[in-house]
Amino acid sequence: MTSGFGEGRSTRVQPTSDRLRSPTNLFSSLLGRFDRVGCVFGAMAAIALVLQPFVTYRPNRIASGKSVSFLAALPQTTGLVGGAIICTAILVAFSRTPILWRAIAAFAALAVLIGLIGLVPLHLVPPSNTFARVSPSSGFWLLILAFALLAADTLAKLKPGPWVRLLALAGVAAASALILCSGWLRGISILKEYASHADTFWTEATKHVELAVGSLAGAVIVGVPLGIACARLPHLRAITLPVLNVIQTIPSIAMYGLMMVPLGLLAARLPLLSELGIRGIGTAPAAIALFLYSLLPVVANTVIGLDQVSPQTSEAARGMGMSGGQRLLKVELPLATPIILTGIRIVLVQNIGLVTVAALIGGGGLGSFVFQGIGQSATDLVLLGTVPIIALAFVAAVLLDAAVDLTRGAAP
Amino acid sequence: MIEIEHVSRRFGTTLAVDDVSLTLERGTITAVVGTSGSGKSTLLRMINRLIEPSSGAIRIAGQDTASLSGEELRRGIGYVIQGHGLFPHWTVARNIATVPVLLKWEKARIDRRVSELLELLQLDATVYANKYPHQLSGGQQQRVGVARALAAEPAVLLMDEPFGALDPIIRSQAQADLLALQRRLGVTVVLVTHDMEEALHLAGHIAVMDGGKLLQFASPAELLARPKHGFVERLIGTSDRPFRLLSLRSVADAVEPGDAEGRPVPDTTTLHDALADLLWRQATSLPVMSADGAIRGRITMAAILARAGAPAVSSPPE
Ligand SMILES: Nc1ncnc2c1ncn2[C@@H]1O[C@H](COP(=O)(O)OP(=O)(O)OP(=O)(O)O)[C@@H](O)[C@H]1O
Ligand SMILES: [Mg+2]
Repeated sequence: MTSGFGEGRSTRVQPTSDRLRSPTNLFSSLLGRFDRVGCVFGAMAAIALVLQPFVTYRPNRIASGKSVSFLAALPQTTGLVGGAIICTAILVAFSRTPILWRAIAAFAALAVLIGLIGLVPLHLVPPSNTFARVSPSSGFWLLILAFALLAADTLAKLKPGPWVRLLALAGVAAASALILCSGWLRGISILKEYASHADTFWTEATKHVELAVGSLAGAVIVGVPLGIACARLPHLRAITLPVLNVIQTIPSIAMYGLMMVPLGLLAARLPLLSELGIRGIGTAPAAIALFLYSLLPVVANTVIGLDQVSPQTSEAARGMGMSGGQRLLKVELPLATPIILTGIRIVLVQNIGLVTVAALIGGGGLGSFVFQGIGQSATDLVLLGTVPIIALAFVAAVLLDAAVDLTRGAAP
Repeated sequence: MIEIEHVSRRFGTTLAVDDVSLTLERGTITAVVGTSGSGKSTLLRMINRLIEPSSGAIRIAGQDTASLSGEELRRGIGYVIQGHGLFPHWTVARNIATVPVLLKWEKARIDRRVSELLELLQLDATVYANKYPHQLSGGQQQRVGVARALAAEPAVLLMDEPFGALDPIIRSQAQADLLALQRRLGVTVVLVTHDMEEALHLAGHIAVMDGGKLLQFASPAELLARPKHGFVERLIGTSDRPFRLLSLRSVADAVEPGDAEGRPVPDTTTLHDALADLLWRQATSLPVMSADGAIRGRITMAAILARAGAPAVSSPPE
């Protein structure tokens, strides 16, 4: 019975139309009309729009808030028109549409969302009330996230070159700066929070970048030569990489703690050092801890980058009469650069996050807003620290990805 | 002239090259053949001191190679490896300029030399100079590898299985190009290969190695006629011997006066190919034409067959 059925199947050729009508194919052709990734973003946006609060209204900065839905947060006609545009964008995301449409839908939705959120305070808060706070809530953030992901996904499908990506980044940065400077969002609580912290915001932001980039620079200055030495000396590699691996697993708070004791003792013995700012707490232990975290990716990627240079290429370099140094500088390091830069990208993005924690030991940076905010249970202050940190990490990732692609350039 | 005197190289317990002595004449092509692991590459790489000999001496044009630094020595010797080993992050022009740049030539002189070499290797400079190696075909990469090796006008060119990665048609073209190039430049070429056919076709002398030892060093004709008993005999293969012998000589050697019917064969054709032509056309003789197109006689089946046998043994080997 079974064998007879099998034979029948293997010899009979089904006509094409017959095959199309079979249930599984019908199902998959229906599925084919949907964009699978788009469905995820679309569903996310739809849930956010309908089920999540759009903003939170609070009578003052630290009072507990009241959730307000999308339609309740806006004047009626504006809400309906804006909602319709966002729903259209969600439909475009769901279905299989040309890339250009999807890109337009994503950016239009983002623009509409930013436009609408600026209107909310005007609608909800009487001009005379200066204490009330309106802050974007989960619905708004999820909508922004969904459409930003949709935009990123469509842009990625276009496979833009590094220069185009840098240009796009510059465009997004310029647009954001324009929106922020225009004052359109001035009624939103984070920006109110910014207004009251404007003086310290930029010093802390600068400090944040300095700590992240400075410890990275230190790690590159030490790590690249160390990586070169490890690539040449198997014994050194056998010790170095495991040690760095262990350092990497120490939680950041514990690491900062570890730094405090020896540096504190050192500063107590040598007053000169403490005058220079090297103490148990503050910038010095933070910078040293970040430097230690940064070493592994830099060293490991230098080793990997040098290892993957084909032995034939190195042999040819030697055969042409290059000295050891020439071989390294002219052939091996340039060929390893994309991989070393990938390590640097990992470190920079990681550092921008880790610097946040450094605020706990007085290292400064945007993390100080986060922890102050947590202390005062002022969500807006937490966001004033967090949002720029995310933006910095994003910018660093895009910049270094482009750099990796540019150095990879000619090579396959 | 390259003199290799009692050279050995040991890696741990293996003796990769075992007391090899050889003298390579200036302006010749010498092929080093042998099975995998027989020490061919090691011997070649000791000439430019990519590997230092454990014992023995190598002299090039009378000068001991140990008297120079390794880098200086290598800048004066062309080196081509299998799969070309071009620098992937440099353009074709920059690759070719490698040694001149190391030698600190002036920019104008380097540019001139690069375009000269591109022309010599039949690569259109406007098309290829600024391409990267991965944008070229295997055959083009191989030619760029040769151009790079010849850039600083070396007197010696070392090639380690330079045609190993090429398909048969490109390969025979590359072999013909190498022969023409060598005749034109008069460089001394040492070529490592494990293809006996290639060695017989290209080389004036063939060194046969096995287990690190030099078994026989002789001209192709000599090697075919009197292979050393054992390994060399097996390497050459007895069944193809008559045909290989015919491949070494041209129609010009066997032309005789007289007329014949049919399309003439050029006198530069090998006797092997002329025999194939005769067999294919079922003819016993064909007219012979010289390079200027004039008929200079005929080639007969009998004359070819007479040259396909073992040469008369004038003196026993050794
Ligand atoms: N750097 C090295 N270290 C240790 N042993 C080596 C080294 N180079 C070569 N050998 C050994 O020396 C012997 C000869 O190697 P060589 O590369 O000269 O052979 P070859 O004739 O070129 O072989 P092939 O045709 O496979 O290229 C082999 O047994 C090899 O394992
Ligand atoms: Mg070899």
